Amino acid sequence: MPVKHALRPSQYAILLGVMLSASVGDSFLKRGMEQVGAVNLHHLGLLWHALFNPYVDIGIVMLISFFSLYTTALSWADLTFVMPATAFGYVVIALMGRFWLHERLSLWRWLGILLIVTAVGFVAGGPSRTGHPELDRMDAGIGR
Amino acid sequence: MRSSPLHVWSAILFVATLAVMGEVMIAAGMRQLGDLDELRSRRGMGGTIAAVLTNSRFVVGALCMALNFFSMLFALSIANLSLAGPAIAALTYVGNAVAARFFLREHVDRRRWLATLCVVLGVILLSR
Repeated sequence: MPVKHALRPSQYAILLGVMLSASVGDSFLKRGMEQVGAVNLHHLGLLWHALFNPYVDIGIVMLISFFSLYTTALSWADLTFVMPATAFGYVVIALMGRFWLHERLSLWRWLGILLIVTAVGFVAGGPSRTGHPELDRMDAGIGR
Repeated sequence: MRSSPLHVWSAILFVATLAVMGEVMIAAGMRQLGDLDELRSRRGMGGTIAAVLTNSRFVVGALCMALNFFSMLFALSIANLSLAGPAIAALTYVGNAVAARFFLREHVDRRRWLATLCVVLGVILLSR
């Protein structure tokens, strides 16, 4: 039973942050770890060294931001509403590879991008929060 | 040493199960607390952070996600990234939709099932 639909502009901004922060954070981590070098059991000290790499630091901050934005989104939207937004991160990474790193995207990958964009479109057109209001009120009563 | 397919798929299933448990518990905790913007206007930023970090569902979910991270490292040590990455992501999306329907009581209608299917297929195609 849909109970809420309209999102505020700030909530759209949070969803946009969810879409971008994880993928951009992963890209920074990848760039930083390329500079740090391969970490294995014999070179675990490199993990400590990695903490002083600015790209790794930005990546960590971006991933902490992602987790904060993601949990905030889950406070007013369903998990199945937010899920496609997290999947959109794969699209951002693929497009960054294509237009920033000039990587070639195969037809299959373009089809994958189209499918994930379609999924976001499907969900964005529906309610952000569904469920049983009475049970939710009972839950909220326990939590506060 | 090459791991058996049963070993590899058990690890993939274990990682995906932990991810689903983590995401569903965090979602349940956030649903229990309600809109964080409203909570912040009543309790301030410190009170909101304290409410989130002391919510038992959120804490259990975060622990599951931490375990998921380390089990993912193990899974990647015995399975190829090209198999484990999309398989874990796809199983997690389907598992989340099923768990959201039965544990979070979300109304997963045809539109959301279609979206889940599109995400699963999209993730698999993007990893090719």
